[in-house]
Amino acid sequence: MDMALPIVNATTAALARVSAAFNAPLARAVVFGVHIDGHLVVEGLLIAVIVFQLSRKSYKPPKKPLSEKEVDELCDEWEPEPLCPPVKERSHIDPAILESAAGPHTTIEGKEVVNFASANYLGLIGNEKLIDSCVGSLEKYGVGSCGPRGFYGTIDVHLDCEAKIANFLGTPDSILYSYGISTIFSVIPAFCKKGDIIVADEGVHWAVQNGLYLSRSTVVYFKHNDMASLASTLEKLTRGNKRTEKIRRYIVVESIYQNSGQIAPLDEIVKLKEKYLFRVILEESHSFGVLGKSGRGLAEHYGVPIDKIDIITAGMGNALATDGGFCTGSARVVDHQRLSSAGYVFSASLPPYLASAAVSAVNYLEENPSVLANLRSNVALLHTGLSDTPGLEISSHVLSPIVFLKLKKSTGSLATDLDLLETIAEQVLKEDSVFIVASKRSTLDRCKLPVGIRLFVSAGHTESDISKACSSLKRISASVLSDHV
Amino acid sequence: QDCFGRPIASAPDAWFDVVERHSNDGNKTLQRTTKTSKCLNLGSYNYLGFAAADEYCTPRVIESLKKYSASTCSARVDGGNTKLHTELEELVARFVGKPAAILFGMGYVTNSAIIPILIGKGGLIVSDSLNHISIVNGARGSGATVRVFQHNNPAHLEDVLREQIAGGQPRTHRPWKKIIVIVEGIYSMEGELCNLPEIMAVCKKYKAYTYLDEAHSIGAVGKTGRGVCELLGVDPADVDIMMGTFTKSFGSCGGYIAASKEIIHHLKHACPAHIYATSMSPPAVQQVISAIKVVLGEDGSNRGAKKLAQIRENSNFFRSELQKMGFEVLGDNDSPVMPIMLYNPAKIPAFSRECLRQNVAVVTVAFPATPLLLARARICISASQSREDLIKGLEVISKVGDLIGIKYFPVEQEKVASVDKLKKLE
Repeated sequence: MDMALPIVNATTAALARVSAAFNAPLARAVVFGVHIDGHLVVEGLLIAVIVFQLSRKSYKPPKKPLSEKEVDELCDEWEPEPLCPPVKERSHIDPAILESAAGPHTTIEGKEVVNFASANYLGLIGNEKLIDSCVGSLEKYGVGSCGPRGFYGTIDVHLDCEAKIANFLGTPDSILYSYGISTIFSVIPAFCKKGDIIVADEGVHWAVQNGLYLSRSTVVYFKHNDMASLASTLEKLTRGNKRTEKIRRYIVVESIYQNSGQIAPLDEIVKLKEKYLFRVILEESHSFGVLGKSGRGLAEHYGVPIDKIDIITAGMGNALATDGGFCTGSARVVDHQRLSSAGYVFSASLPPYLASAAVSAVNYLEENPSVLANLRSNVALLHTGLSDTPGLEISSHVLSPIVFLKLKKSTGSLATDLDLLETIAEQVLKEDSVFIVASKRSTLDRCKLPVGIRLFVSAGHTESDISKACSSLKRISASVLSDHV
Repeated sequence: QDCFGRPIASAPDAWFDVVERHSNDGNKTLQRTTKTSKCLNLGSYNYLGFAAADEYCTPRVIESLKKYSASTCSARVDGGNTKLHTELEELVARFVGKPAAILFGMGYVTNSAIIPILIGKGGLIVSDSLNHISIVNGARGSGATVRVFQHNNPAHLEDVLREQIAGGQPRTHRPWKKIIVIVEGIYSMEGELCNLPEIMAVCKKYKAYTYLDEAHSIGAVGKTGRGVCELLGVDPADVDIMMGTFTKSFGSCGGYIAASKEIIHHLKHACPAHIYATSMSPPAVQQVISAIKVVLGEDGSNRGAKKLAQIRENSNFFRSELQKMGFEVLGDNDSPVMPIMLYNPAKIPAFSRECLRQNVAVVTVAFPATPLLLARARICISASQSREDLIKGLEVISKVGDLIGIKYFPVEQEKVASVDKLKKLE
């Protein structure tokens, strides 16, 4: 305490002297009516020191870029993965090689088999008129069209075909694509951009999924073919969300689902669409030429006027027995695609003979609507015949020409299910000469529906074909699936 | 508007019929008339002249049509595999020089569906800046990171590779799973050949896989038509994956991928375009088989060799003449694609319409396929055009060029003439 006091005294004396020294020259200085006293100067200095410290950057270790030698070492060390995974032992067998046209009866390895694996719904493969028109086109135009549509690839048969399809369906115009699956994955990105909302069925096939991915919009899936789930999804998206009114909204469904054979209930979808103000994109690859009184597709089947559906796409590789695809809708929908659809602008156009085949196929359908009645009776027959197959159950709609059989009790893994189904298909072919296939999945496919055996019914099948298929399938599945129950 | 999408009424051969269209509302909509005019075809991709009915190919195609019908209506793995398809796969593999091949029905789909199978998240794709949009879509669809290197610049490619391997994946800095470098054989908008030997050397050094897209070059360049590898002396076994289309040189439709047996086996089981899409139409398959046989000389004549020699002669002749006339022509020697630069977008319809009036059909390309100010007219030479056809084409283009003023380079004779004029003025 004795030491402290003199120190305190000394400091106060020093401070007083400093203040006096400051005060003297500034005694008469008045700034803004405030005397400049000595203590103000000291306070000013302190503030300056504090500000200086705060403004100094924090210490960071300096960044050194990698030297050339280090980059070289890293490059030498890096080992890439092999380009493809090693071949698994248990790979699938090679697909059967056909030796004649893929009609209702075809030849495999010299034997004649009944063919349930081609989607030849109207039996047009091998039709005389179709082949004649193709031969005429081939002789006139050659095989390929040698150019995209914008650069002299538009041949008059393309324009005729587009007009014919639009006429048949009752829409203003249509546009042709050169390949079946590229239709849908070019149409979706042409209309749906980043920031839009798309509500899609979870059972849509890979091409639709790819289109949805490429469009970069927000995609919400609803339960497969479940209208209640669709309604609740639409409700959730639009309720209370003011923003949804300003962005574009789409519903994407298929008319007959490839992965399950179900038919989408279009009348309910149209009702929901009008209630919540969405646009509908309908993928009709398997129902064009099949459903409806005269084969005009799902809209005719349900009695919905065709202009309520905004965009209809279809691949022609099924009922019309050619290749390629088309898209139709209002005139503006079609015109927009001529400039901005990637698969149309940047790709060679459809070979002309396939376009003329499409024209003759549509002509045939218009002239012979009885072929649809044949198809329907065949489907019904197959349904009744297969309804009591041991171990398999039919999961497709009664009217669908794709009859989809799935395992009653799945083994739990997709791969083993597929193995079982393929064994069944193999044996059916070897023993009874009936050609059926199991549906295969690609690794990129995100669909989670079960795999199954698909039978594509054609109007060209006879009753004996169908009964043969039913009996053989029942026998073989009984033997193969008996040990797995 | 009337310069694009001109319909034709005959096969896209050397001379074809262009349908005339008239418009009542200022070119907003165009109606077809029944009149056609015969024009010289300088725009279709018909490199070897297989576009029209050919004496060897067409009878066989018609036969296969009658046997197998126009389409198979099912995917390759289901019921769409015919003897023709397996035959063509072996033939393509032999032609290109790889162990195995796989077919697809459309060239665009080939690229978009293959790239996602080969590489996914955690991989790196380095692609040339001027690659075709099918490659861009495939790369985007795969989920891998995409980096671009300057067009045909191996030094820049090396820089990009070094930087990327050393840095690793974008935010985690983990090493890349694999790197694929994608280049094209002939770039369709420039007519340039790819600098393949040097790019291959760079890729080998840094252990990156290579993917070569030969859409325009297969069948059209090289001594026996085997494409860019043969022309530039690169061994096909070095390139990991070779892709090509049949639309351009073989007059058909569809695409293929040729690679080692393991890769093709993997693709056959995993590629969605193979599993879900309708298989190639059998007559188209037969057309390719016959065309390749003609090119290889296996049909018993030397038409194939003649066609190849013809197209090389035609391209070199045309290019040198155009350059002598003062046009600015891009592209390397031996490449059958030659763009003539127009630069000014207003000259596009002028060039196109004038040429059509004088019965020459050309293709003009503008934005978005090329940058806005680099518009060009693209000429595609075919083996079915004779020397007289080419000379007529040259005359017309020269006249139109004078009219529009696109001879950007000085011409030898003209220089002398202008110097004379100046002297006279003095």
